[in-house]
Amino acid sequence: MQLDDVYQEIILDHYKHPRHSRIIVEDEALINEENPTCGDHIKLNARLENGRIADVEIDCQGCAICSASASMMAERVVGQSVDEVLAFSGALIEMMRGGAVLPESDLGDLAALSGVRQYPLRVKCATMPWHAIESAIKTLQK
Amino acid sequence: MTAPSSGLPRVSLADCRADFPILTQLARGGKPLVYLDSAATTQKPRVVIEAIERYYTEQNANVHRAIHVLAERATEAYENARTRVAKFIGAPNERTIIYTRGTTESINLIARAWGDCEVSAGDEILITEMEHHSNLVPWQMLARRRNATLKYVPVTPSGELDMDALHTLLTPRVKLVAVAHASNVLGTINPVREIAKAAHAVGAKVLLDAAQSVPHFAVNVQELDCDFLAFSGHKMCAPTGIGILYGRESLLEAMEPFHGGGEMINKVSLDSSTWAELPHKFEAGTPNISGAVGLGAAIEYLEAIGIDAIDACEQELTVYALEQLQTVPGLMIHGTARERVGAISFSLDCAHPHDVAHFLDQDGIAIRAGHMCAQPLMKRRGVPALSRISLYFYNTRDEIDRAVKSLKRVQEFFSRATR
Repeated sequence: MQLDDVYQEIILDHYKHPRHSRIIVEDEALINEENPTCGDHIKLNARLENGRIADVEIDCQGCAICSASASMMAERVVGQSVDEVLAFSGALIEMMRGGAVLPESDLGDLAALSGVRQYPLRVKCATMPWHAIESAIKTLQK
Repeated sequence: MTAPSSGLPRVSLADCRADFPILTQLARGGKPLVYLDSAATTQKPRVVIEAIERYYTEQNANVHRAIHVLAERATEAYENARTRVAKFIGAPNERTIIYTRGTTESINLIARAWGDCEVSAGDEILITEMEHHSNLVPWQMLARRRNATLKYVPVTPSGELDMDALHTLLTPRVKLVAVAHASNVLGTINPVREIAKAAHAVGAKVLLDAAQSVPHFAVNVQELDCDFLAFSGHKMCAPTGIGILYGRESLLEAMEPFHGGGEMINKVSLDSSTWAELPHKFEAGTPNISGAVGLGAAIEYLEAIGIDAIDACEQELTVYALEQLQTVPGLMIHGTARERVGAISFSLDCAHPHDVAHFLDQDGIAIRAGHMCAQPLMKRRGVPALSRISLYFYNTRDEIDRAVKSLKRVQEFFSRATR
């Protein structure tokens, strides 16, 4: 199977056991991030405390790439400062769109997503959860 | 389900495959390309590509304007194509055939030029839950502009229109029934003759979205007795950016123009203008001439094969595909109408459509994944998205076998991964 570059074990693990995953009613979600071209939908709730992400809840209806990225995102951002999250999210989205590759030590599990960069039509699947957390921070800081 | 394949004669148009240069290439991983996304757009035969090249190397000029040899050739080619279109769909004459950019523009033309005059506050527009966004959004916009109400005929679990509901919804308040002739998601061929009869009985007009019917089987607008019919060239071997609106002549005559500009006028003064005769009244600006020429060549090509032979070939391939797909564990087909075309949507119980399409792409197989421009239908069926294979006469049983084999591997991969 030639899919090892995209569907690595770690991605399938997050897909199968998504972290910080809850069922969220659409109207009660802080953020509804949708991809109009494919129908993927991320519902997200987040809580800030003293400029840090105290908690994240995600309800992701999407493909393996989108779901795994959402799970990894949630796992990573809880406990981080808003500035840290925004800086990393910006760099990761840039990397997925063909920009500079972040060091593996920074990426952790997310290194598994780098295979997606070869498939321009799938990049949005991987970046959607990160757009959702950015929107959540913006909304909460208003 | 559909009739067993043994009941259908084996019709193969495999020889036609060689007419399509793009199909001979290798896809990802050096595997032969299997193109199963023709409901999105079909590939183009060499004769169509050559007709466009010939137009630009020998005939190019603006139409209906200058008095020179090239203008004469361009105009002749452009109008000959219109005649061919008219004959192909059984229209009474060329005045009823309007060139547009595609199905979407054809429907928007009617929503604006007919709808804005004929639909008033309190009127109803009746469409169905299986419509493509192109036959839904223009009516939402019209309903909002005119304070009219948009109503939907429900779709049954098998993917057919609830005809009892349709007859109940058809009241004298309905001004227009707009319906897909064949569904791009479910494949269902709708009973449009019956719908037209019922609609006319209450004084409503009928528009058919024929994007998925005209390319695949014989369509005759006079037999169907529809008032408007829209389709796209690119789904029937012609280039993108050219489509057709057929309209009943008396209705087109009574309508105001859609766009204003050159070509569509008779006389222009500083105070006012008068409109050109049909069909030019609806063709403002320099049209897509090479597209029209390409459409003419595409129809000539389809007619040489025979639209009935194409229909028979696709029916046989569709029955085969349905049978084979059902051998994939965990696969569910969405749309099981008996009367259908070869657009087959399905879900796998443990793999998302995106992952399915990605997986098949690795095997050189092009399919569609997503909401197929039918979000309300996805919601009705309780799925965020579906996968779809869609067939054209250039496809083969071997290609279906390859897709099914690949789907079995996807199912195995994800059922193991997510166990």
